[in-house]
Parts: sequence; C-alpha cells; structure tokens
Amino acid sequence: MNKLFVICLLVTFSNVSFAKVIHKERSLYRNIIVEDNYNLRCLKFNVKTSKTNQSCLYIDDPQKLVFNYTKLLFSSLLLLDKAPESILIIGLGGGTMSNSLHQLYPQATIENIEIDPAVIKVARQYFGFFENDKITSKVQDGRIFVKRAAMKKQKYDWIILDAFNGDYIPEHLLTKEFLEETKSLLTKDGVLSANTFSVSDLYAHESATYKAVFGDFYNVRNQKNSNRIILTSNNSLPSGEIIIERVKKLSSSLTPFGVDIAKISSNMTSTKEEQDWSDNTKVLTDQFSPANLLNQ
Amino acid sequence: MGIELLGGRILAPFFGSSVHIWGSIITVFMLSLSFGYLIGGKLSTKNVSLTRYGCIFLFAGITVLPITLWSGNIMEAIFISIEDSRYGSLAASMALFFIPTIILGMISPYSVRLLVTDKDKSGQVAGVLYFVSTLGSALGTIITSFYFVLFFEVNAIIFTFSMTLIIFGFIAITFDKLSKTKNENSTGAIHE
Repeated sequence: MNKLFVICLLVTFSNVSFAKVIHKERSLYRNIIVEDNYNLRCLKFNVKTSKTNQSCLYIDDPQKLVFNYTKLLFSSLLLLDKAPESILIIGLGGGTMSNSLHQLYPQATIENIEIDPAVIKVARQYFGFFENDKITSKVQDGRIFVKRAAMKKQKYDWIILDAFNGDYIPEHLLTKEFLEETKSLLTKDGVLSANTFSVSDLYAHESATYKAVFGDFYNVRNQKNSNRIILTSNNSLPSGEIIIERVKKLSSSLTPFGVDIAKISSNMTSTKEEQDWSDNTKVLTDQFSPANLLNQ
Repeated sequence: MGIELLGGRILAPFFGSSVHIWGSIITVFMLSLSFGYLIGGKLSTKNVSLTRYGCIFLFAGITVLPITLWSGNIMEAIFISIEDSRYGSLAASMALFFIPTIILGMISPYSVRLLVTDKDKSGQVAGVLYFVSTLGSALGTIITSFYFVLFFEVNAIIFTFSMTLIIFGFIAITFDKLSKTKNENSTGAIHE
C-alpha cells in the first residue's frame, strides 16, 4: 500500500514539479514563457498548460524535432521535384523549423516573418535560432509582408504558414484573399504548407477556403494529435508512384531529424478522394472571417 | 462604436493586426469626435431645428457609405505610397473614418440643445444623453463583435448602420415638417 502511494506521488510530481521556468516576459502581444522539463525545453504563449506549447527542443539533441506537426511539415518535400532554393516561414516560434531546414538545405535562403520582436529574441537566446546571410528574420505582420512581397514579385519554392496568436491563426491570415496573395508568391512548382488544428465549424470553412484557392490538397495527419497539415501545390498534385519514389530518396536524409517520411506519407490523404466537409460551406473572406468565434 | 470595431477588420488585410492598428483607429475616432462635439455645439447656437438635426444624421449616413464602396481602393493607394504600416494605418483610418465620425460627434451637443428646455434641468438632460449614447456604444460594440461578424459580411453591417442613420434623418425631417404644418394649421385656425 505504501509502495503504491509512493508511486502515485512520483507519477503526479514527475509531471508537474520538475518543469522549471527559465524565462518569462510580457511582450506587446502575449506572455512568453520558456520552460525546462528534464531534457525538454518549450516555448509557451500565455498560460502554463502543455496545450499551449508553441515550440520545443531536446536540450541534448537540438537537431531532433519534438513536435509531430513540425515532422509532418516535411511531407511538403514529397510535392517538390527538387530541393527548395527559397523558403518563406510565416510565424517563427522557437525557430526550430528554420534551423532544421538550414541543416538539410544549406544552400537555400530562408526568410522568417514574425510579428513579435520578443519571440525572435527568445528564439535566439534559448532555442539556438541562428541567422546568417542565407537565413533572415523580419518583424512584420505576415499579411503585410506577403502583400509587399507580391508587389516586388518575389517568389518562393516553399511557403510555410505557422502563425498563431493566443487562440488560433489570426483571422486575416485565413481568408481567401490572403491565400490568393500567398499563392502568387509561389514559383511554378512551389508548395505551400499550413499548420492547422481547427475543430468544429471552422474546420469546414478553412478547408473550403483552401480548396477554393488551390484546388484539391493533401491533409497530413498523425493519429496521436489534432494537428493537420494542409499541403497544397501551385502545380497539380503528384501521383502515388512519384511520391513513393521520393519517399525512398528522402528517407535517409530525414532520419537525423526524427522524421519517418515513409510513415508520414502513409498518413497523407487527398481531398480528391476524401472530402470531409460539405460542398456548400461558406468560404472565409476579408469580409467574412469570424474564425476565432467558429473554432469553439 | 460598431464602426470603430469593424475598422480593425477593414484595415487588417492591408495593415495587419499589430497593436498600432488599434492605436490608429482609436486616435482617429477620438480626434474626430472631439472636432464633432465642437462643431455640433457651435451649430446649435443658430437656427435650431429638428430638420437640421435630421440632416446631420443624413450626412453621417451618406459619409459612412464610401467605406463599403471604395475602402479597398483607398487602402491600396495608401498601402503603396506609405511603407511604414503605422503611418499607413493612421492615414487609412483618417481617410475612411475622419469625416463620418466628425458628423456623428455633432449629434450629441445638438441633442442637448434640442432637449434642454429648462436651465435647471440641463445637467440632468446631458446626463441622460450621455447615458443613452454610451450605453448604445456598449451594446453596439458587443453585438457587432459577438454576433454580427458571425452572420454578416463587414460591408453588409456598415451598410445597415448607414441606412439606419439615413432613416433616422428622414424620420426627424418628416416629423419636423408634419408638426410645422400642424402648427400652421392650428395658428391659422385661431386667426380665423
């Protein structure tokens, strides 16, 4: 009986009391908390629950990706017929995606756009986010960056949408107009992947909006968590055979990052075969985008 | 207040949702309301009539309309010419909201003038007016942000606000006309 009690005690405390807050600040937009828990360091926004982790890394193995969704993002490579040369990331978090992609493709230029200067500072200080002449970060609202970049006719092979506020993706980054502007930044075979976790009503609206702009897309999921990567291409989606071929080519180079691309590819479903929302769902626009109200 | 709230929504596609957006919007609204109060007060010193009061509503409704019609073009022009999104959003909220909000600001002092009949009660009348208009602002804010944006497009909401103002204007003018003709009739009757 005593033994059981001790075990219970250990189990409860091992989950809570060993997380140590190593940095805390209130930025213009949110509370930022950096927390160490054994070997895991996490960036959190607002409250101290595990649900709000924005970015994490293993302190003794920073190369290995922690989050499933970051791993799932690598499925984008299956839609590219060559290594990406220019990458745009909207929403920095801890900067782990930028770091990993630089290791994988040292020749690629990576532009990170982040609205909150405090997040960039924390990423540099605690998450080893590094910049050089290939990797840059800019403090700007994602929407404004995209509009200006479109005016300058900039093009990217791969665009990653990963911007979140306290609740979800900001409303003006969910609309048809925004996706059209972003699509105009893609190279001919360019790929756009968006990290989402919408539930209830918003799921259908979000899906319908992506389909209206890009046509059919891939949903990439993992049974373990609720994230869904929306994977779209400026070109038509590649066939199953091509994807299998690319899985073979990529798998060894992705293993160091803890990415099992074969497993991920088996969790990709095309909306061509499987559309799980109704056809008459209203598309989100700048005029109609009550996103955060729908996601409840 | 409903319009102010939607202002954030209207500016977001061009100027983002950074804190300075709200800074710009609130600054412009406060600035134009202050001018509106001043002008409305001045206007209420001469030839006060319900018709003029109705005209204020009418003009307010009409000047709100360009937001639904040309806000895209106006903001695009400003977006292209001003690089800094702080001053861009300030210029855009100036262009879109400055004039209608001045006119809306004129309503309060003019209402005081129309409603005060007794000097002793002027404080009470002003109090009731502040109560009604601020409560209305609170309701407008909560209903717009909680429900209107769920069911309607931004333009549809602004258009409805505009139409409501115009209708109020017409009601005031017609009411004034009717009571005047009635007065003329009754004074005429006495003369006869």
